[in-house]
Amino acid sequence: MNWLRQLFSRKQLSELSEEIQAHLDEKVEELVAAGMPREEAVHSARREFGNVHLIQQNSREVWGWPSVESVLLDVRHGLRALSHSPVFTAVALLTIAIGIAANAAVFSVVNSVLLKPLNYPHAEQLVALHQTAPGAEGLADFESGLLLSPSMYVTYSEHNQTFQSLGVWIFGTANVTGMAEPEQVRTVAVSDGVLQTLAVPPAIGRWFSQVDQEPNGPRRAMLSYGYWQRRFGGDPAVIGRNIMLDSQSREIIGVMPKGFQFVDKDFDLTMPLAFDRGKLILAGFGFHGIARLKPGATITEANADLSRMLPIWMDSWSNGPGSNPHIYETWRITPMIHPLKQEVIGNIGEFLWVVTATIALVMLIAGANVTNLLLVRIETRQQELAVRTALGAGRARIIRGLLVESTMLGIMGGIVGVAFAYAGVNVLVAVGPSNLPRLNEISVDARTLAFTFVLSVLSGLLFGLMPALKYAGPRGSSGLQSAGRTITVTRERHRARNLLVVGQMAIALVLLMSAGLMIRTFVALRKVDPGFSDPQHLQLMRISIPSLLISEPGRVLRTENVILDKLAAIPGVKSVGFASEMPMEGVDSEWDEIFAQDKVYSGDVIAPLRMYKNLSPGFLQTAGTRLIAGREMTWNEIYDLRPVVMVSENLARELWGTPDAAIGKHLREFENMPWHEVIGVIQDVREKGLQEKVPEIVYWPPLVHNRFDPVLRTATFVIRSDRAGTESFLNEIHAAVWAVNSNLPLASVRTMQEVYDKSVARTSFTLAMLGIAGAMALALGIIGIYGVMSYTVSQRQREIGIRLALGAKGGDVLQMVLRQGTKLALMGVAIGIAAALALTRLMTNVLFGVTAHDPLTFAAVSSLLIMIASLACYIPAHRATLVDPIVALRYE
Amino acid sequence: MKQTTQRDLFPGALEMMILRTLKHQPLHGYALVQQIKRNSDDLLQIEEGSLYPALQRLLKEGFVKAEWGISSTNRRVRTYKLTQAGAKHLEREVSSFERMLKGITQVLAPGEL
Repeated sequence: MNWLRQLFSRKQLSELSEEIQAHLDEKVEELVAAGMPREEAVHSARREFGNVHLIQQNSREVWGWPSVESVLLDVRHGLRALSHSPVFTAVALLTIAIGIAANAAVFSVVNSVLLKPLNYPHAEQLVALHQTAPGAEGLADFESGLLLSPSMYVTYSEHNQTFQSLGVWIFGTANVTGMAEPEQVRTVAVSDGVLQTLAVPPAIGRWFSQVDQEPNGPRRAMLSYGYWQRRFGGDPAVIGRNIMLDSQSREIIGVMPKGFQFVDKDFDLTMPLAFDRGKLILAGFGFHGIARLKPGATITEANADLSRMLPIWMDSWSNGPGSNPHIYETWRITPMIHPLKQEVIGNIGEFLWVVTATIALVMLIAGANVTNLLLVRIETRQQELAVRTALGAGRARIIRGLLVESTMLGIMGGIVGVAFAYAGVNVLVAVGPSNLPRLNEISVDARTLAFTFVLSVLSGLLFGLMPALKYAGPRGSSGLQSAGRTITVTRERHRARNLLVVGQMAIALVLLMSAGLMIRTFVALRKVDPGFSDPQHLQLMRISIPSLLISEPGRVLRTENVILDKLAAIPGVKSVGFASEMPMEGVDSEWDEIFAQDKVYSGDVIAPLRMYKNLSPGFLQTAGTRLIAGREMTWNEIYDLRPVVMVSENLARELWGTPDAAIGKHLREFENMPWHEVIGVIQDVREKGLQEKVPEIVYWPPLVHNRFDPVLRTATFVIRSDRAGTESFLNEIHAAVWAVNSNLPLASVRTMQEVYDKSVARTSFTLAMLGIAGAMALALGIIGIYGVMSYTVSQRQREIGIRLALGAKGGDVLQMVLRQGTKLALMGVAIGIAAALALTRLMTNVLFGVTAHDPLTFAAVSSLLIMIASLACYIPAHRATLVDPIVALRYE
Repeated sequence: MKQTTQRDLFPGALEMMILRTLKHQPLHGYALVQQIKRNSDDLLQIEEGSLYPALQRLLKEGFVKAEWGISSTNRRVRTYKLTQAGAKHLEREVSSFERMLKGITQVLAPGEL
């Protein structure tokens, strides 16, 4: 209602001047009527009325609204004062601008990633159908939990009471052929309900219909906006055309709009899953579920709804004749729905808050410096303020003037800061970890600008408050007397400045401590054996052979074998191999129950789920993965379908105690699969990233007798060569592969180093942010303590001169000043350590191989800070010893 | 400044006089000042302008209402009128003022009572 009141009082004001004018006129006329000459009458009327301007102002202030003019006056006055001291203004402006820029940039990230709703209509209704299965051994340890099986999806979508719509999707790759060059594209296969749930209409064309989801229905596909632009130049006539996807023709029926993603996945093409209801079994937990809640339905209700449907699911489907569908009760499947946004941003929140807190702290340090500058400046203006007070300016008025001045400083700093922030955000998006969710959505938007404005005004007010309150008040009158000649500075003046320095030191210590812990984390990560060696000389690429291109498993393997041979023949290649995936590639790993022959599994318990991979001969040597015991499999064994298998060291230890004991033992995946003999044990590999738990892994040959898909069709090929990553090398690789089959695209062509860097990107990014913040804090803190000590020395010149004249040695003076500075630093460090003990605990999740209270880091950082601070004090201290007593006493 | 000869009114005095004067009849600013001056036999030297901040305060409190109109001398003026709340306020103020005055008088001339 404030604006209304203001409007009202505005009207009041103009009425007031009219009224006063009428009063004066009436008076004049009365006096003239009484015989007074008009000119004299005007003077007389005015005299008796009093100071019109003052009366108007007083009348206005009755309404509690300082007149616009008086604030404008303060603004003009402030601008003039700032332009009188350009160096001060520039330094203060720059300090504020940098602080605000850093904060605005980080806020725009926080805003875009954490605060803004997802890019779907009514995104608050969207949920991810997450579920855990604590009883499913092996699987339960990993973050993704238990995905949905197709039969679960059918049951849920037919029996639920809490969802508007619901669907499952899976991310994958497919080969597009029939155009200039074969290409591997990223695909998302969706069930009915997924597009309805996300509710984003296509840019052109239409969604999949029910008919498209029938197993023998028409084969159709939709394009992403990016792929449509890239491959078809955005031609709308693409609708109705056919595209060869994994050697199968599909009709393009629509294009999704720009920026559309399936949850957190960028994709090129999407197609229907087209489940065959008649063939579905209970198992097959490989699909991500998403759903849209009915309006008003809560997550708790939805969880209960899903729990209710689990028995229906077990009763409706089976895993084949003779199997017990209620065996899944031992898994204790528990629906744990969470908002889709949480699924997208994952645990990035913690990381971003750490960065936000860090940057806010830097802002505080910068603010302390600005406050210090303002304190010094206002001291030199004591006389001006005293004169203004003497001329009748009230305390409130002077404080207001000073605050207007510092607020203007804040706003100007904010304007410069926004410019910096724009640049900063661009850099951030460019160098930020590519696994940062919603990275492409980050921008400086209206909300960021509003935030920056508020921050600017607040910091201006905050930084100006202390000097304004301190100096505008009761001391005003004494200013006239003492400003001319200062003997020593009062203790009170010192206290404010010392407090700021102690605060700065404390905050700098906290930031340096966090940076130090990150450095230790990084060092610890570097020491971890990832399970491969020399990653920059390891060339990777993914090749997929669809069943429509080559269907017979043996021929697929032979094709892959020939590709390996061709690759090995390229000059400079040391060795080659392939596996279902390389560690840290981010490919969804595969899991299944694995039975050991010498273990007993009671009928109602499902064997623990294990991650499994397939390997070619030569892979271990190429990747640099060590063989702990036994031997590798050979091509002959693989072609002959000899039942051999390898296991990871931790699995061998878990099942049989030692790696050596594992050799000669037997494993299998299915009832009717032959028992496979363990012939080798492989070192543990950091499959999911350096900081993650190491999974137990079973390594099958690439061709396995009697499996659902007996041959490894999609594999990461690995080439060890010093030429890895060079363009000529890549050309030769392409030529080699296409010499075998020209319909095979190469995907994810990169070196292992890139994969590795990406996997530690979040850590390195945190390290970089904290490192930069720590360095800024250190620099600002040092400037702060140096500035205060220099100023103190210059203020005490006279006192020091007297001391020297009375026989004090230079060394004594040096020590005296140093002691004062060091005392401040020590106090700051002490407070900082206490604060760091409390705050670094928040970092636990981003740390690795070091505790949040690592004594070594604490000791090193503290002594570093004290050392540098002492050094900063040394310069002014040394200058103090050079004071010439005569000059000092004559000074002023 | 000739402030030595002039005594400031105590806070609230002017407001009280305005309300009292308006109790008889609604008046505009100039007439109000003249009325107060006349009634005090020019004993109280009021700066004419000081009336206006006081009027604003009374307006804000809702003790008076203001209306634009045409005066007897054919001018556009704002006429002030006492409200019910203003009348009540005046009663309270006058009685508390009388108590205070009594106290002061007793102290100033203790023997004469």
